[in-house]
Amino acid sequence: MKPTSRAFKQNAHEALGDKNLQEALSDLEGGFVQGRLNAVNKLPEFDQLRDAGRDIKHHVLENLDVYLEIFEEKVVANGGQVHWCRSPEDARQKVLELCRSIDAKTVTKGKSMIGEEMDLNHFLEGHAVEPIETDFGEYIIQLADERPSHIIAPAIHKTKEQVADLFHEHHQKYGKSARLEEPRDMLDEAREILRPKYIEADVGITGANFMIAETGSTVIVTNEGNGDLTQTLAKMHIALATPEKIVPTLDDATTLLRILARSATGQEMSVYTTFSSGNKRPDDLDGPASYHVVILDNGRTDMVGGDFNDMLTCIKCGACLMHCPVWTAIGGHAYGWVYPGPMGSVLTPNLVGLEEACHLPNASTFCGRCQEICPQKIPLPRMLRKHRENAFTARLGPPQERMGIALWAWLAKRPALYRLATSLATGALRLMAGKRGSLKSVPLAGGWTHSRNMPTPQGGTFMQQIKAKRRAGGAP
Amino acid sequence: MSSARDDILGRIRGKLGADKRDASEQAVAERLKRTGPQPGQNPIPARGQLAAPERLALFREMAEAVDATVAVVGSLDDVPTSVTGYLAENNLPAEAVMSPDARMDEIPWADQPLLTLRRGRAEDADAVGITPVNAAIAETGTLMMTSGAETPVTLNFMPDTHIAIVQASQIVGTYEETWGELRGRTPRDGDGNFMPRAVNWVTGPSRSADIAKTLFLGAHGPRRLHIVVVDDNDEKT
Repeated sequence: MKPTSRAFKQNAHEALGDKNLQEALSDLEGGFVQGRLNAVNKLPEFDQLRDAGRDIKHHVLENLDVYLEIFEEKVVANGGQVHWCRSPEDARQKVLELCRSIDAKTVTKGKSMIGEEMDLNHFLEGHAVEPIETDFGEYIIQLADERPSHIIAPAIHKTKEQVADLFHEHHQKYGKSARLEEPRDMLDEAREILRPKYIEADVGITGANFMIAETGSTVIVTNEGNGDLTQTLAKMHIALATPEKIVPTLDDATTLLRILARSATGQEMSVYTTFSSGNKRPDDLDGPASYHVVILDNGRTDMVGGDFNDMLTCIKCGACLMHCPVWTAIGGHAYGWVYPGPMGSVLTPNLVGLEEACHLPNASTFCGRCQEICPQKIPLPRMLRKHRENAFTARLGPPQERMGIALWAWLAKRPALYRLATSLATGALRLMAGKRGSLKSVPLAGGWTHSRNMPTPQGGTFMQQIKAKRRAGGAP
Repeated sequence: MSSARDDILGRIRGKLGADKRDASEQAVAERLKRTGPQPGQNPIPARGQLAAPERLALFREMAEAVDATVAVVGSLDDVPTSVTGYLAENNLPAEAVMSPDARMDEIPWADQPLLTLRRGRAEDADAVGITPVNAAIAETGTLMMTSGAETPVTLNFMPDTHIAIVQASQIVGTYEETWGELRGRTPRDGDGNFMPRAVNWVTGPSRSADIAKTLFLGAHGPRRLHIVVVDDNDEKT
């Protein structure tokens, strides 16, 4: 999928003025944030589990190739196959090849962000295979031909009215002519329409929250049950994964599952957690005839052991989005690619290139809340800063911004000059303000004063105040 | 051109250091031997670690907290009446599809002649499914089911109402205990793997909040999850 992250500023501006979006994003603090906190407070071992989960993922990353080889061996022993793909293009081709191997006409899909990375739906459509998203959120945005705006709540940007319109428009062909008003009725109608799709589908594609080396299993987590109908009722199950999703044992997957739902939705456990190991056994009464795991790299192996290694421990719970003052203000689409919010701002430049995504590391107030609530304690702000440094070194970003940073750095490395400059600036601002307590505009800071006044500096610079206090024998 | 597989694995090893490959292999072999509860490595919440009667109480509390309904009966003989009572109360037809599992044969279904039972996997028209469970986990009120010739997993997902029959002695405190039980099964010939095609954890009936952040039960999976617990703990030695 082609990123539009270069237009981040424009996208964000438009998002802030989008009434529907702003309505859809209201009260996340009362819903998700409070919900997570309640779940966390009910489990005294939560923090201990976070540390254990982080250690598991770090251990895996330190031995990643060995774990992947063992996983593959176990999948094959279970009757499945693993397919390795360097790029989204390779992965799309592989999925199409698998579909064609059984003359597939339709594909049902459980939610998969890797499928989004591959832009799989458009590709399959273009090659005479009909993809049907079955997660209600994904189904809604498939009808709208949009991307997910959140990694676990893909249609969170849609209001009830917008969903009603979409269903009204797209469900007529199923003989549903009434425009529904109530979410309950909309859900029932979509369920009724999607149920036969599972049964007719040739291939069921799901994501994978974890891959387990001990048993060669892939794990999916859902609340709707769509992922299970997808993989059980189709002839072929394809699980889309990335290399870092490996965990050593069932116990390790369990440790991570204990923190995943609590962080994601504030549930103690999601409704359905399914461990899939291979295809239908000879005596089984149901299940897919074949089982495939597609492992897409797309630049992740380049992150192993480097500055962004910790990002590979992410379990995709989406909590950092829900707690981010930037994401909650502008939603996910403004970020311009698959992964939004703090985790997306760190991951995207690694996968699509910093040049393409150089605005994203700036989409942060550095409030640190993302790291605080991250189940894996990923140092997201530190990595955003690293991206900013890299962008500066690589001479990306607008010239004025770069010049400003260079000037500040030059000044900051010369303490005497810096003190003089700040002292002069403080005086100048005071002079400009006159008797007023604040300034309506400040030269070079129009963006800042556009929506608020700048308070007039009081009582000298920080260094001057410290010196004065020391002279007076006060605190250091 | 090298294969994508070799390329991806090679890149990873390149980052980790070719000289450390032997150490990695050893570390992984050691780590994979450490299954089952490992202090420190996999902390287990204290919540579920209780004696049998308290485990049942916790299981019930947690299952009800996620919108399942729970009925506790004294013996297998009471199950048919309990099931038909539940169906009548909810205005559901006295007709169900049930796992072709030997454990279900121990229940005297013939006592309820008006209840029509079919044995097998679920089909789209089935409104009610009845299944045994492999285990029930008190920690979160979760049911654990496995796929097999006698336990088709479609029964867990397709019918609008899922009725699960749980023996109190099947209620364990934590998920880890169920892995222990699976690992103890006769491994498959050849590779020693013990996993059935699918292991399902089910925690309450299906739900979705994808439309306007409003939560509703009954998404693609069952709208109702009813759990009949047979309190057989007294009989156990």
